[in-house]
Amino acid sequence: MDTTATDRELLETIADLHGVPEGSFNIRKNGKLLARSSDTDIEIVSKTDKDGIDIIVRPGVKNKSVHIPVLLTVGDFQDTVYNDFYIGDGADVTIIAGCGIHNDTCDSAEHDGIHTFYVGKNAKVRYVERHYANGSGTGKKVFDPITKIYQKERSCFILESTQLGGVTYTDRKTYASIGKDATLLVKEKILTDGEERAVTDFKVNLRGKGSRADIVSRSVARGNSFQHFRSDLIGRNECFGHVECDGIVLESARIMSTPKIDAVSTEASLVHEAAVGKIAGEQLIKLMSLGLTEQEAENAVIQGFLG
Amino acid sequence: MVELKDISYSVKDETSGKMQDILKDINIRFDDASITVITGPNGSGKSTLIKLLMGLEKPTAGRILFNGEDVTPLSVTERAKRGFTIAFQQPVRFKGISVKKLLTLASGEQQDIGQMCGYLSAVGLCARDYIDRQVDGTLSGGELKRIELAMALAKGGEVFLLDEPEAGIDLWSFEDLVRIFNRLRDKTVIIVSHQHRILETADRIVLFENDKVVTAGKKEEMFEKLAQRPALCSMQVKEV
Repeated sequence: MDTTATDRELLETIADLHGVPEGSFNIRKNGKLLARSSDTDIEIVSKTDKDGIDIIVRPGVKNKSVHIPVLLTVGDFQDTVYNDFYIGDGADVTIIAGCGIHNDTCDSAEHDGIHTFYVGKNAKVRYVERHYANGSGTGKKVFDPITKIYQKERSCFILESTQLGGVTYTDRKTYASIGKDATLLVKEKILTDGEERAVTDFKVNLRGKGSRADIVSRSVARGNSFQHFRSDLIGRNECFGHVECDGIVLESARIMSTPKIDAVSTEASLVHEAAVGKIAGEQLIKLMSLGLTEQEAENAVIQGFLG
Repeated sequence: MVELKDISYSVKDETSGKMQDILKDINIRFDDASITVITGPNGSGKSTLIKLLMGLEKPTAGRILFNGEDVTPLSVTERAKRGFTIAFQQPVRFKGISVKKLLTLASGEQQDIGQMCGYLSAVGLCARDYIDRQVDGTLSGGELKRIELAMALAKGGEVFLLDEPEAGIDLWSFEDLVRIFNRLRDKTVIIVSHQHRILETADRIVLFENDKVVTAGKKEEMFEKLAQRPALCSMQVKEV
């Protein structure tokens, strides 16, 4: 695999990759395939009608992982990719799908991953998505991902989404339809700084009896950045849904939270919580009483908060 | 040794706009290798004194000396580095920060699991159950209080300021607290408490009263004074 130092740094940051990963993988760079490995347990096939891949996980496959990172290292480039995941019944897989942009130019670099998951009965998926951008140019670094999740009976989908910093603008949309006794867990972490803007939007339909959703978003906004968290949780059956948005604002940043819950069924139980504010003074004082400076205390609180 | 020289602290009364004395011309010495328990009614300025010692508030007059050095202008961080260690009356919660992380921050260096377990065991917590727990709303008040004390032990230092360490801890666990105080016998330990059982661990007792009169003396002498005011030390602990 022919990679530059920048590629390797991005791969390490977004996907913890220190070399060629084990098992199936697909690495995309600047709109083209850089490397791929596919096996019978997790098959990766290029789409023929549009840009993207199908990832087919065989039913019953256990403890397997697949890496599908994307790199963008040029400016004046917009990369849209359609990836469809077919998770067989009873499979248990981890999917690492980070995207890193390095833009030294004054033109925009944008990656839009349109990901659709078809999760079979009793299947379990851990989907890890990290977004990160760097580069000295003034060009924007943009991610506008769309994630659609269709869960069958008793399946479990864990979405761990992290935006590590440097992303000028993101508009993330996530749609989920949850079947009988199926569970969706979302852990979202976002850090913005400077003039960055981040919008996240969840629309979750709890359709099946006994379905559950737990969406937890933690965000830190510094500088003059702006974040808007929107969620729409719809209970259409006997189900339980919980949305939690916690935000820390620093300097002149701003965070908006718009959680919406809609109990279509009288058997639905839906909860939302939102708390946005600066770091509690008592937390800083406690850490300073351990010998940390105010800045060190602030960093410790933020690091802990974002995990 | 910590010395308070003519310490006063006053705040502005929100209603009248006049300055109100919380502490007035306090002179107390806290010796090395001694346990001093400060007691007295609510509102008599005990917790304020702890805050002044830790640098959370600045006195309106007077000086605080530590081993002869004037530490009055030093910040919380600087005092912590000099060896001042506090366990707050009401510990704060941290979303996302584990007990392990806080103990590491407290000690200032990477600790091995064995050391951390030692601190937690000392406060009566089973380390295996708590080391990876987050210090958030999932912990009870009593658990938080014990973790606060474990942090003080992990940090170490020369002057330990323990503000009502028994608050939220069940009476059956007082022996754990007494063991902690004995572990700190070679330090300057200053405890705010109303509990008779904790007063008994003291070398010296300082009595604060609402009329700003402060009386200090050896435990035995002070017990005689306190016996005349049983309401000041109302919560007796029954030994099992």
